[in-house]
Amino acid sequence: MDSMTMIAIASIGTAGLTIGIGCMTPALGEGKAVSTALSALAQQPDAAPTITRTLFVGLAMIESLAIYCFVVSMILIFANPFWSHAIAHVAGK
Amino acid sequence: MRISSDQQIFWHYGSVKLNGTIVTTWALMIGMVVGAWLVTRRLTTHAKISRWQSGLEIVVTSIEKQIGDVGLANPKTYLGFIGTLFLFVAMSSLCTILPGFDPPTGSLSTTAALALAVFVAVPIYGIKDQGVFGYLKSYLEPTVIMLPFNIISELSRTLALAVRLFGNMMSGAMIVSILLTITPFIFPIVMTALGLLTGMVQAYIFSILAAVYIAAATSSKKTKNHDSKPLTAT
Repeated sequence: MDSMTMIAIASIGTAGLTIGIGCMTPALGEGKAVSTALSALAQQPDAAPTITRTLFVGLAMIESLAIYCFVVSMILIFANPFWSHAIAHVAGK
Repeated sequence: MRISSDQQIFWHYGSVKLNGTIVTTWALMIGMVVGAWLVTRRLTTHAKISRWQSGLEIVVTSIEKQIGDVGLANPKTYLGFIGTLFLFVAMSSLCTILPGFDPPTGSLSTTAALALAVFVAVPIYGIKDQGVFGYLKSYLEPTVIMLPFNIISELSRTLALAVRLFGNMMSGAMIVSILLTITPFIFPIVMTALGLLTGMVQAYIFSILAAVYIAAATSSKKTKNHDSKPLTAT
């Protein structure tokens, strides 16, 4: 197995793992946040604007973790620096 | 497959290149400025006002109300900055319904520039509100030990602002282009509609987070007495 195949296997496998685990755990967190916000809304409907705004900001915080994982997996697939290095190495030889 | 519109070259002369991001950003800016100028040319306070003026008034007053809700004392002071951020991000994601338009916020350079604007604006507003020493003292709260963590949070939230907006906008375009190769019939339209919703939510979140950061920098002294400290986040 030459180095380019190894890089390709490692990149694709890591990209899949990154997006898989990185979507699973923020999803759990978001579900917990939304369910808590819903019960808070049911208890105090008067505080709806504050709860909604805080919920949105918190959801954005949690979701940005999933977005980081997405960006990393996109970089691994479409703009992989190791792959480009290997390509340049082969082309230069 | 290109990840951002940075790689789309419109025009180049020697080493001067004009990429897609710059072109769409300027088109958007010119469109918004000319549109606002056309609407505000004939402002009236009669009982009967034009539709466009009414629409623009709704936008401006609701942004002002949202800024006030976050906990900033004088929303009018911050309306120019935060309102501009909101309108730019919202318009750039709304314009994706135009065919061939790549949102400029789908490029990391644009979002990094917006996040840097917030990064610079927070100390400026903080110093304006409570003086240089008052602002610098807010880094030492609650104790001196928290100083490095406060500085780290200042930097990491700037990175988070930039990457969050970039990731959301880029993923919207990316999902549509991937779906076009798999199921080119109906699903891309559904995902585009979802992308419009995501774009509006991201515009709201970007401007609200900017307002929250400014509120944390300006009013840490006043809210110490009662327990309504503004929401801070990294």
